[in-house]
This record gives sequence, structure tokens and C-alpha cells, in this order.
Amino acid sequence: MFLTRKAEFSASHVCANSSLSPERNHAVYGANANPHGHGHNYVLEVTVAGEPDPVTGMVFDLRELKEILNQQVIEPMDHRFLNREVPPFDHIVPTTENLAIEIWNRLRPHLDGLYNVRLYETADLFVDYGGRHPGEKP
Amino acid sequence: MKLTRRYRFSASHRLDTPQLSAEENRQLYGKCNNPYGHGHDYILEVTVEGAPDSYGQLVNREALDGLVTDRVLRRLDHRNLNLDVAELAGVVPTTENLAAAVERALLGGWTIPARLSKIRISEMDRNIFELETKTA
Repeated sequence: MFLTRKAEFSASHVCANSSLSPERNHAVYGANANPHGHGHNYVLEVTVAGEPDPVTGMVFDLRELKEILNQQVIEPMDHRFLNREVPPFDHIVPTTENLAIEIWNRLRPHLDGLYNVRLYETADLFVDYGGRHPGEKP
Repeated sequence: MKLTRRYRFSASHRLDTPQLSAEENRQLYGKCNNPYGHGHDYILEVTVEGAPDSYGQLVNREALDGLVTDRVLRRLDHRNLNLDVAELAGVVPTTENLAAAVERALLGGWTIPARLSKIRISEMDRNIFELETKTA
């Protein structure tokens, strides 16, 4: 059984690689490379897999899940400039893909049953990450 | 990893098959068989699968948007699906057939390193069609 908890955070970012020319960055990242940054209202959906506990009837305590999301993701990222304030995005480009991977890596030690991280950058673009890429062994 | 991008197009259609009588078409398709057609604001979601490249991107957004615009949206948006769309000639423009035509149109011009994984089309909020793409 899958349980999904949703959370939101708002943050700014620039998608550009300092080793590339401005022209190349614009070709790769489009308007996301504009140098002073821009922001999104990110929506995060975290899915946990498991069976309901025979005593509590719950796959995972939603209050605990909310607390983990707050501590690991929302508190450090909400209303921040990701490139300046949230490592490793001082040296890794904060694309939605890399942000989803970072969120997975932050949550994984706290959530045994972590199954999927879905991150919406906008309503029209989202990424799903399940901890590995196609072809990688679990 | 998968990345999904959402697009919109508006089109009209009428569901009617020459293989059935007028009465049978009315019975089968109901309001969708009304003679002059009707329209929807479709939402198309295109999901691609792969690993991020050295730029941290699974797919270049402009490349994907350009491909979907060129192969699909430009051909469907503000069109009559029965009359204006070569890819749908001879088939009833149900959203099932539309999804299959969209898949063929995308794969026919696919120039993107990531794999096309899924197409999801909603005709309206309550009717949603998904097609998992069977490519290696």
C-alpha cells in the first residue's frame, strides 16, 4: 500500500553552470539561466510504501511524516535562494531533477519505506524519482 | 527518473463510425454523436524516462517543447479532429485513438535521448486516458 504526503515550499534558483558561457547556459537552461534568479512554488509529493501496522492501522504516522518533511526539506529550503543558501546547490545546478534527487537523499535515512519523490516545479512540469535511474540495480 | 510536462490544446470532434447505423451510433456514443460535433480543452501530459545528463537535466525543456509543439500541438490545436488531422483520417477520434495517434506522431520524430515513457490525455477533468509507451 502507498501513502503520499504533500508539502509546499517556495524558493528561488538559477540554472546555470559556471564552467559554461552565458550563451551555452541559455541554450541549455533557457530563461532558467537568467543570472539573478527567479522563483517557484514547488509542490512535493512523498510516497511511502508499506503495509498497515496491525495495531495502529497505519502504514506510517502522518504526523511523523509531516515532521520529517518539515525538518529535512521545508525548513531548509522554504523562502531560500537554493544556489546561495542550500548545499549542495552552491556547486550543483538546482534543476528539478537534481532537487528531487537531493530531497530523496535527505529523506531516505529517515524513511525506510520511501518509494517515490514527485516534485512539481510548476503545475506543468514535474519529476518522479524512485532512488535510482533506469537500468540501475535497486 | 521520469519527467512529465503538461500541454494544452483545444479541438472539436464527433464520435461516429460508418460501421454502425445512425441509430446504433446514437445509442453507442450518446451526446458525442450529435451531428455538428463539439469540443474539449484537452490536457496532454508527456512523460520521458532516463537519467539526468551532465547538465542535471533528463531532457532539454526547449527540445521537448519544440518536438511536442511541432509534432502534436500545431496539428491538433484549434482543429476539427474528424476533418483537419491527417493522423486521424479514417478512425473515430475517441481519446483512446487520439492518444495512440499522439504516440505515433511523437515517436515518428523523436530526437530526444530520453525514452518516451507515457502519454496521458484528459478530455475533461473526469475522463483521463493513459498510454504506456512500449519502446526500449
